[in-house]
Amino acid sequence: MDLFDKFKPIAAAYEELRALGGDPFKVSFDRIVSPTIGVIGNAEIVLAGTNNYLGLTFDPNVIAAAQTGAAEFGAGTTGSRIANGTYSPHKLLEQELAAHFGLDQAIVFTTGYQANLAVVAGLAGPQDVVLIDADCHASIYDACKLSGAQIVRFAHNDPASLDRRLSRLDPEASNKMVITEGLYSMFGDVSPLAEFIEVKKRHNAYLVVDEAHSFGVFGPNGLGLAEADGVLADCDILVGTFSKSLAGIGGFAASSLPQFDLLRVAARAYMFTASSSAASVEATRAALREIKAQPELRDQIWANAKRLHAGLAGAGFKLCASPSPVIGVDMGDPGKATAFWNALLDEGVYVNLAIPPGTPNSTSLLRCSVSAAHSADQIDHIIKSFAAVGAKLAPPDAAE
Amino acid sequence: MTGTAAHDELMGELAGMLSKLNKSGVTITRATDFNADLNVDSVAVMDFVLEVEDTYDISIPINLLSEVTTVGEFADVVARARAEN
Repeated sequence: MDLFDKFKPIAAAYEELRALGGDPFKVSFDRIVSPTIGVIGNAEIVLAGTNNYLGLTFDPNVIAAAQTGAAEFGAGTTGSRIANGTYSPHKLLEQELAAHFGLDQAIVFTTGYQANLAVVAGLAGPQDVVLIDADCHASIYDACKLSGAQIVRFAHNDPASLDRRLSRLDPEASNKMVITEGLYSMFGDVSPLAEFIEVKKRHNAYLVVDEAHSFGVFGPNGLGLAEADGVLADCDILVGTFSKSLAGIGGFAASSLPQFDLLRVAARAYMFTASSSAASVEATRAALREIKAQPELRDQIWANAKRLHAGLAGAGFKLCASPSPVIGVDMGDPGKATAFWNALLDEGVYVNLAIPPGTPNSTSLLRCSVSAAHSADQIDHIIKSFAAVGAKLAPPDAAE
Repeated sequence: MTGTAAHDELMGELAGMLSKLNKSGVTITRATDFNADLNVDSVAVMDFVLEVEDTYDISIPINLLSEVTTVGEFADVVARARAEN
């Protein structure tokens, strides 16, 4: 009897995966040269699995802001937001995010994971029902468990499935919170938000939209899918992260619900963790300014996404969704996906390996994320590398 | 219909719905383990639950699945949800 006995199946699967080459879960970069180039040993790798959508991690203004934040406020805050850990940069970032969304309030959290924990587990309790899209992120599933609420899962991107589940609930018995994401991180597909909103209104439910992967990328002002679809005002709470388009670490929730501020004294994920460092917060504030100042970054990321999507489709790969900055390439099974992942890294391209459990429909895929900072040559290198590896190994479609 | 007959009918229907997950063609009994016998991961089990919910027009909150490992245990959850409906 051993604490680790329960992990035997995972350990066996992990060992099998490592036997195929490198360890996809322990990649370590010796240097990061730019938003799109990393170095492992002496090899320069094109980064195509970073979520660095707008490429702002090396923006001079963002780096300078981080340096100023550290110089003026110190390396860390050493305390929680409700104790000594709220500095003026935290408050300013919250005001700027709220103004950016045109909403009454925004609250900043230490990570995006904690933003979901705080919103879902902070607001929903044992008397409430949380209805989640089947493909929601692990942080949302974890938050649901922590909440103690009744958790009902509806079919991915299926408003009729949500409608049926809401119809089965006693309309008066409980509060109902519906959670979807904007852009889904594995397949790169988007939520039919307007249809979900029609359903949630009919059932008097709250809607939380996690824009982690869509903030900065969708909408005329980069606010996310809700802005792009013209339904921002119908979403009750928007959640997002700083660790993708905003190039830092942290998360936020924004809302005009009148009592939203109560989360600060009710959400354990806000209260019982140290706040973000001033360096991180100032970097995020600067990235937010850059997003506003450089709308051309969105044009560039979409051009790059379409170029990569068309190139991979043209090379015969089976793609999981229409073009978006997340492009999932269906590999058929975990062994093929892992072998392909290793060979791609040997070709100088890093993508994310995603295999079951935890992937939609038990799909084994290579997940590419595109950056506005990718050059056309880098995009073409990614496509050529996929094609070269595909020619060496059995192409996934042919192997089906 | 007696309780046993109703249960047998439910088990038969669940076994039918499980056929597409039952790739190795094992005989489905109450003791069949989703993971060990059917090699079905937790996400696939939750997808199966969606189908069962819509077939019987019932709600099966995923909180109820944490203790479920076998088809028989799942059938009991389904039977309770149908009785409460």
